[in-house]
Order: sequence, then C-alpha cells, then structure tokens
Amino acid sequence: MALLEVKDLDVGFDTPEGEVHAVNRLNFSVEAGETLALVGESGSGKTQTVMAILGLLAENGHASGQAFFKGKDLLRMSPSELNLHRGSEIAMIFQDPMTSLNPYLRIEKQMIEVAMHHQGLKKAEAVAHAVEVLRAVRIPDPERIIRQYPHEFSGGMRQKVMVAMGLLSEPELLIADEPTAALDVTVQTQITHLMSALQKKSNTAIILISHDLGIVAGACDRVLVMYAGEAVECGTVEQIYYEPKHPYTQGLLNSVPRLDQATERELETIPGNPPNPLTLPDGCKFRDRCPQAFDACSEPPPMQVGGDRHPFRCWLGVSK
Amino acid sequence: MNDRVMRVQDLAVHFKLREGGLLQPKTLTLKAVDGVSFDLDAGETLGVVGESGCGKSTLARALLALVKPSRGRVLWLGEDLNKLGDEALRKKRQDLQIVFQDPLAALNPRMTVRDIIAEPLWTFFPKIARVQVDERVRGVMKMVGLLPNQVNRYPHEFSAGQCQRISIARALVLNPKLVICDEPVSALDVSVQAQIINLLKILQKKLNLSLVFIAHDLSVVKHISDRVMVMYMGRAMELSNREKLYRKPLHPYTRALIRAVPVPDPKVARAASDTGLTGDMPSPLDPPPGCVFHTRCPYSIKRCQLEVPALRRMEHGDWVACHRAEELDLTIVKNG
Repeated sequence: MALLEVKDLDVGFDTPEGEVHAVNRLNFSVEAGETLALVGESGSGKTQTVMAILGLLAENGHASGQAFFKGKDLLRMSPSELNLHRGSEIAMIFQDPMTSLNPYLRIEKQMIEVAMHHQGLKKAEAVAHAVEVLRAVRIPDPERIIRQYPHEFSGGMRQKVMVAMGLLSEPELLIADEPTAALDVTVQTQITHLMSALQKKSNTAIILISHDLGIVAGACDRVLVMYAGEAVECGTVEQIYYEPKHPYTQGLLNSVPRLDQATERELETIPGNPPNPLTLPDGCKFRDRCPQAFDACSEPPPMQVGGDRHPFRCWLGVSK
Repeated sequence: MNDRVMRVQDLAVHFKLREGGLLQPKTLTLKAVDGVSFDLDAGETLGVVGESGCGKSTLARALLALVKPSRGRVLWLGEDLNKLGDEALRKKRQDLQIVFQDPLAALNPRMTVRDIIAEPLWTFFPKIARVQVDERVRGVMKMVGLLPNQVNRYPHEFSAGQCQRISIARALVLNPKLVICDEPVSALDVSVQAQIINLLKILQKKLNLSLVFIAHDLSVVKHISDRVMVMYMGRAMELSNREKLYRKPLHPYTRALIRAVPVPDPKVARAASDTGLTGDMPSPLDPPPGCVFHTRCPYSIKRCQLEVPALRRMEHGDWVACHRAEELDLTIVKNG
C-alpha cells in the first residue's frame, strides 16, 4: 500500500468572477522512501494540491475526492483529527521562509512547539533535540542561533531553519513547496543534499514541488507534470527527461537554458501563456499552445496508460 | 574595433549605516560595490552574475547614476555621468534605460499600456504630437510581440511574461543605446522565460543595443552574454569571454558557481558532486581581510588571507582577481 494515495482530487475556489478550477481529477501516489516531484508552471495547481491534502485551503476553497494517508482519508478528517498527523507524521516546508516564520518569536520557541505538542517532550529535551537537528542541517553554532530571531538570518539560513523544522519530527511524509526557489544556486544544492541525506536516514517520502527542472532531475525518483490543474504526464525521472511523451513536457524541457549545451541555438519556447483558470478551454487545455494539436484535441484527451507505468494525457498515438 | 560606449573605472558605492544606541552611536560602512571596472561596446551584452547581496543591483543603479558613487567613475560616451548637471544628466537618460525584475511591480496598475509606454516620450518631448506618440507606441509594441490593439488595457489584464514585454517596450520607446536588465526573467516561468530571452537577443541585434544583463541564473546569462562578470561581496572576481568562462574559469568562485547549477538531466545531476562551497557569504558589514572569498575558497593559501587580490588582466583580455590564477587549472569537466 502506498503511503499516500490521492484519488480524483478536485480543488475549486469560489471567487466573485466565478469558480476557479485549480485542480481537476488528479490521481497520484507516493511510496515510503521515494521522492515525487510535482512540476509545472505557476498556476498549474501544484501548491493547491498539497494544501488540499493538508486541509490548509483558503476559506473560499473546497476539495473533493480522496487522499489516503496510511489508509485513512485526510479529506474526511476534522481539523482536530488532522492535527494528529500534521506536524508529526506529515510535515511541510513552505515556499517563503520570510513569511512562514513568526518574526516575533525566537527560533527556539518556534522549533520546540512541535516536539512538545506531539512528542510530549519537556522543554529542555525539546531544545536539545532542536539544536541537534539544526546541527544536522549544517547550521554553524546552533546553540547560539536558536536564541535568535528570524530577521537575524540570511535567506539561506532561514530556509535551512525551515528544513530543520520540517525534519524535527522525522515525518513519514515531507512536503516541500519550492524549498529552494528563493535561494542562490550554491545554497540550493546544500538544501537538496540535506533533504536526501535525511530521507535515507528515516525512509521519509518527499513530495517536492518545483518549477526548476534542474533540481528535480537530481533530487527525485518520479515526476508528475501538471498543466492547468491536470496531470498531463507521470513517470520516473528517466522516463520524463529522456522519453517525454506529452508535448507540454517536451516543450518545458526544451525551453530550459542549459549550461551543458551550445549557446548559439535559440531557446525553444512554448508560445503563448498558460490558460486563465476561470475560462479553461474545452478539450485539451494545452491545445492552444501545442505545436502538434489536431482535430481530436477539441475533445478532452484520454490518459494513455500503456504497459510501462508512464501515463500521459494526449490524443497523439491514439488509434481511432 | 568596436565603439566603446561605457567605461567604468574603479567604481565603488558605500553606504553608511548607523548602529548602536543613542549613547554609543557608531557608523558602519557597507561596501555594496567596491572597485568594479569594465568597458562596454556598442551592441555588446555583458552578463553580471553573483549570489544575492553581491552588489549586482547597486551596480545597476550606479551605472545609471541613480546612486552616487563613493569612488570611481562611470563614463558614458566619454563623459562622466556624475559630473554632469541635472539637466545634462536628464538628457543622457534617453540613452540609458532599465528593465526591472518584477514586471507587475514595475508598472503602474492605474495606467493603460499606452500611457505606460508613452510616458518617457511625454517626459522628454512635452510638445510631441499625439499621432506621433501613438505611432511610436504601436511600433514598439509590435517589436516586443504585443498586439497594438491592447493599448487601452491595464497591466493586471496581462500575464507576467506580457508585462515584462510592456516593460521592455517602455525601455525601448526612446531608442536607447544601453538597456540594463536587472533580473528580467527570474520571476517568469521557464517557457515564458525563454520567450523573453529570445526577444532580448533579437532586439539587441536589430537595434545594436548594448545590454548589461544582471541575473543570478548562470545558464540564462550564458545564453545571452558576450562577456560575463562574476561578482562576490561587491567585488568583481572575474570578467571573461563567455565561452572561456564556462569552460575554463579563472576564479575558484566562478567554478563553484558553475558547478552548483543543477543540470536538467537525471544521470548528470545524480553524478554531480558537491560544489565544495561551504557556508554562507560573510556579513558585508564585516568583510574578511585579504581576498573576500578566502573563507569559502578550497584553494585558499596564507597570502589570500592577507592581501587583497587586484583585478588584473590576463591573456585574451580576460580579467581575474585571484592570486593563484596562473597556477590553478579550473577546467570544468563535462558530464559530472
């Protein structure tokens, strides 16, 4: 049984302009010890997917479908039931470390809260544990650092503190939403190395949300590519990077500027912009930007499963 | 010989900060930019890379004389921008334009696209006829790939990529000779990022623009630059020809930066070892003595802790600030 199994997840938001369909009929699963990447452009529904799973949607949001964590449906749980899992078995590293740390509280206070609440540790024990985790993420001089306030840190340090907080309870599932997006490349690699080292240690499953295809290539086992709230392709990193089947995945990979390729070539682009979630097109949502679109694409494309566990949502190659 | 348009000599921008209480006030100096020199030719693109806080954006502002240098000069077509009177400087600004990082924040949400793009025209030519303005606005909109029938729309009706096109159109409306791009694509999705990079390349060729392209993403800089300057803690570490810099950098910091860039290829990415760069950048208020990079440099020797390396000229017109540049072979081996 998969650690997390998401079935037919729909996430919508009521807005004055109408209903926004952020996530549509999404299915995926994560096994213990593996890293799944959610990849896609901004607005593709990556963040709202995990927010729905964690019961953290904004007030005007609603989710339907199922999200089984160790066999129990997270979407059917009350907040108090959810709280038994959130922060202990399931941890989340948020995107922006500046806004997700409380500026009024010392790091210490913010870090020991979780351990005291979930594991029933005494304060001194919790502090000692927090210091240990800070040391594990290679923060120098953790005994001093833990007494400081978030504003006293650089962006990289703050993000390392966020990672440390995510790892405090040795969660079974760690969700990291763009954990390195705000950081310099030199710090990015440090953070991803840290996450994978700690994953090996405690067999944690990781969902890594990222738009950086370079980071994903090195840090993940499987990739789920999302477009306009739908899964368009899913496979192992090798399948996705070496044999991408969906035209969107292909376009995405070709538009990344790469250090290891000749620079004279013009970057390939995906023409146009992602669709407005208020007015999603009928049929294939990528149709208007797809270089290979044809008549069939005006109907919603099927998820082609095939025998290689590499499904993709497209009409290409479907025989009539 | 190309035409030199800009010459920057030993440019430094220091900020004074007040710290301490009322009783023991002390003034600290933050050396945001410290001793940067380079030349820029017409039609050339200079990439500027470095980690956050290295002084890239302050450099951009100093190049446009938006901030007064503490030392050094910025010569535009032979004239020192900081010696010009207000009116003369204002005239020069026709030639010097900038495109900012966050396209939505850079555009006034209450102005239409026409007014945003036309504003520089009204400012510099108050008596210009409406027809001429409309014609020019339509012209640049077409040039950057916007539809001229969108002139009456507001920024919020556009996507981030299109807003960046509007910013570029505004920068180009006065026919400038130099455009400084400060992280112009870092807020954009990859597919859109590629559109904007290609657009800038095409425009530059067509208009023979000089570009200073500031970014933290080395692969983006590689795609657009002729030469690349690497900055660290306000100092230029290296300034080399693009091909050379990415193949055989002269400075250990350049090498570390390049090796830290994740390659979108699972086999290469997994094989890649750590960059060898440990720790964070030291506090810019208290920079280390000697070479500012020596605290993180795997090749640091005693001399590096004592003596500040000067930016010196090497073969083929490349520049480097490292004591050990001659003896180190920093060739980047491909495929991990």
